[in-house]
Amino acid sequence: MREKLSTLYGKDGTKKVLSSLISIVIGLVIGAIVVFIVGLITPKISLSGAWDGVRIIFAGIFTTGRGSTGVLTWGFNAANWGNMLFRATPLIMTGLSVAVAFKTGLFNIGAPGQYLMGTMVTLMIALGIPSTAVPAGVIWVLAFLGGMLAGALWGAIPGLVKAFLNINEVLACIMTNWIAANLVTWMFDISNFKNVVENTKSGYIYKTSFNGVATPKLGLDKIFPGSQVNAGILIAIVLAVAMYIMMNKTTLGYELKACGANRHSARYAGIRDKRNIVLSMAIAGALAAAGASLYYLAGNTEFFWSTYQSLPATGFNGIPVALLALNNPIGVVFAAVFMAMLDIVGLQLTNLTAYNEYITDVIIAVIVYLAAFSLVIRMWLTGRRKKKENTAAIPQEAKITDQTPDALVQPEEGGEAE
Amino acid sequence: MESVTPYVIEMNHITKEFPGIKANDDITLQLRKGEIHALLGENGAGKSTLMSVLFGLYQPEIGEIRKNGQVVKINDPNDATALGIGMVHQHFQLVDVFTVLDNIILGAENTKLGFIQKKEAREKVQELSERYGLKVDVDAKVEDITVGMQQRVEILKMLYRDNEILIFDEPTAVLTPQEIDELMSIMKNLSKEGKSILFISHKLNEIMEVADRVTVLRKGKYVGTVNTADTNKQELSNMMVGRPVQLEVVKDEAKPADTVLSVRDMCVPSHLHKKNAVEHVSFDVRAGEIVCIAGIDGNGQTELIHGLTGLDKVSEGTIMLCGKDITHLPIKQRGENMSHIPEDRHKHGLILDFTLEQNMVLQRYQEPRFQKNGFIRFDAVREYAEQLIEQYDVRSGQGPITVARSMSGGNQQKAIIAREVDRDKPLIVAVQPTRGLDVGAIEYIHSQLVAERDRGKAVLLVSLELDEVMSLSDRILVLYEGEIVGEFDPKKISVQELGLYMAGAKREEKGGESA
Repeated sequence: MREKLSTLYGKDGTKKVLSSLISIVIGLVIGAIVVFIVGLITPKISLSGAWDGVRIIFAGIFTTGRGSTGVLTWGFNAANWGNMLFRATPLIMTGLSVAVAFKTGLFNIGAPGQYLMGTMVTLMIALGIPSTAVPAGVIWVLAFLGGMLAGALWGAIPGLVKAFLNINEVLACIMTNWIAANLVTWMFDISNFKNVVENTKSGYIYKTSFNGVATPKLGLDKIFPGSQVNAGILIAIVLAVAMYIMMNKTTLGYELKACGANRHSARYAGIRDKRNIVLSMAIAGALAAAGASLYYLAGNTEFFWSTYQSLPATGFNGIPVALLALNNPIGVVFAAVFMAMLDIVGLQLTNLTAYNEYITDVIIAVIVYLAAFSLVIRMWLTGRRKKKENTAAIPQEAKITDQTPDALVQPEEGGEAE
Repeated sequence: MESVTPYVIEMNHITKEFPGIKANDDITLQLRKGEIHALLGENGAGKSTLMSVLFGLYQPEIGEIRKNGQVVKINDPNDATALGIGMVHQHFQLVDVFTVLDNIILGAENTKLGFIQKKEAREKVQELSERYGLKVDVDAKVEDITVGMQQRVEILKMLYRDNEILIFDEPTAVLTPQEIDELMSIMKNLSKEGKSILFISHKLNEIMEVADRVTVLRKGKYVGTVNTADTNKQELSNMMVGRPVQLEVVKDEAKPADTVLSVRDMCVPSHLHKKNAVEHVSFDVRAGEIVCIAGIDGNGQTELIHGLTGLDKVSEGTIMLCGKDITHLPIKQRGENMSHIPEDRHKHGLILDFTLEQNMVLQRYQEPRFQKNGFIRFDAVREYAEQLIEQYDVRSGQGPITVARSMSGGNQQKAIIAREVDRDKPLIVAVQPTRGLDVGAIEYIHSQLVAERDRGKAVLLVSLELDEVMSLSDRILVLYEGEIVGEFDPKKISVQELGLYMAGAKREEKGGESA
């Protein structure tokens, strides 16, 4: 049994999961400490209020509200769970976008721009084709695919610039982000999709349900009543699995990873490195845009079109999601759900305690920041294990090296590298 | 007892452990005053570790270092310098845009009121340079002088600091035969003047020529110290490897058949300057022969091979491979008839973060054998990798799933050779296939190349090692400044003469003698 445990511990995958979990826990603990200290120094928050804050940080997803006596009540909060999954949907997609590009050695910081382009094309198709002429389901599919295509093209631009002019993709991505932000604003400004029916808010585009287009719920609203969840989360999960298969099981994934790990040797081997760089960015763009499509096709979400001064946070949040998931597509699903949970926790903190919404943002930032530490923690885990092994296995190893002269090369190379 | 010891430096019973491995296990090295002492061992034998201990970069777990009989503690390189220990690194530590003089005094500047006293320094450098026969141009910039002169600058740096113990780390790797001869005589001069020299090398010829005594290390252990007068190359290499080694390449007369590769008037532009790095080069390689391109590093070998293999574009000329014009074909299509053992195994040869099995199918993953409908057949890949590992004796920690980065240099190279040879193409392009490898691995790789030649392959070899050029090739082409300046039969030319062609001092007129 013990042996089994130790082989499980020794596996690379276990180490990865463990390192991410540890960084999450550290992030939560530090977040809780911040909440507690802020609670103590804020006059209007009592000690019990601060304690409530700490509890919500760790288990906010399980709060159901406050009872009649003003005590926090706990349990399964269907609406919150559903909303968590709904908010996770676009995060999964942008997380996948960043992760897939990372695996190919590219840093896709252009997800916000791709997300915006996806939003624009999706909304224009979903609102532009009258559902009286074409079935809503067909419009949905067209809008989804159109959004993805727009994102793919937008993502391909930094890819092309990188492949053929050798300009850093980060630079090109940042440029395309702002071009997208202004382009989208301009396009909606001259369009007639601006919501003028509901006069309560201004600067928004019609919801797609205005045209009768909305993602089906597939019964998920029965499981999570009172939430916005829909089949989008299932599509996101299917796409994550597809990405996992593509990256790990196919020759295309092999090529992409080869280019990412060493562009020179990929080229040496006859792999078309330029094509793969463009392709990888296009796939990343399509994924980010699919996130936007799934979010805005929900039917009850609104897009604030005058976006030229800001980029969607969902795009950038794909980066910590991918980091936390160590670029594993399946891991991205869990990391995105976790990030969405933090969102819900923040809402609960604002709703149920005297903390204002800004402190919750600070705490989320702390947790996300520490998520990036998962790599450091993985190195620490590996180092610790090596030490353990070494103290135990020296005599054995000496014997082996007698037969394998080359095994001994390690001291000079390895000794310095470690 | 201690007061009469004739040793200037003693490293007694040094043991240095790294996690999991004893890099130095009870090693004793005693350097007499005024001698040239060679330190011989394969890659990974512990030479560098031992020198790092002497230089204060590592602290040994066990053992002591004595200077003139006194136990000394060397905590960092500054302590080593203070004890008069200096080192010429394999890769020179010079500032390219500084003059020779500035480089020599850098870090040991004599100042008066904050001003560098260059005049005094110049006099001292000139005096040293005359005394030891180290010809340098003190006012030239380092980027403008030859590699040989750069090395002399490095030596002068040590002498300027009044170092008594001089360590030369693989000093001949970058030199021409003439420069090597010169270095050898400089080293002898230095020892005559009372300097003690530690000479790290795995080249037996040089050790036999210049060293008084040799200490041999193997796998971190001390094998022995012998006088060069009492030993020979064969014995030394056996000590180094631990088994009898075949030093000479055994091969029969070549039986060249049809022309496989035919290059005509090829020009390849340089990345560094506006001129061509390869200038109108024409040659043929026939099946069943090893043609070697000899030359000093940086004379267009890299660009020639890149043009041939498709890594760089060819600006003029044609390349015919197996009767097909491949001048402008993409790399993949060239690969149909060509194997390529690349110059830089880390940059091109391997994807270091991939596993061994993934690296083994780098060019072949799209063959039906290894994929079905775009899905990789992992079992077939594993099986193939295991077969290659077995057949070519590639050693690694975890077999097919070993990450390439964690393998030793020799085994990385063996893996590349296994992959390329097993692709079984009519032409094998091998660029410095034995660079940085030890005697055992070199022996293996040479025998592989000869075996492939005898199986009727055309082999194009690029090598900077003259020994290798002379022993392995059936025909030698000398490349100088991007042009082929001569074609020779290795049996009919001496190393010295070849060196003159390599250095550009001689060139064959077109249509002149050809083998």
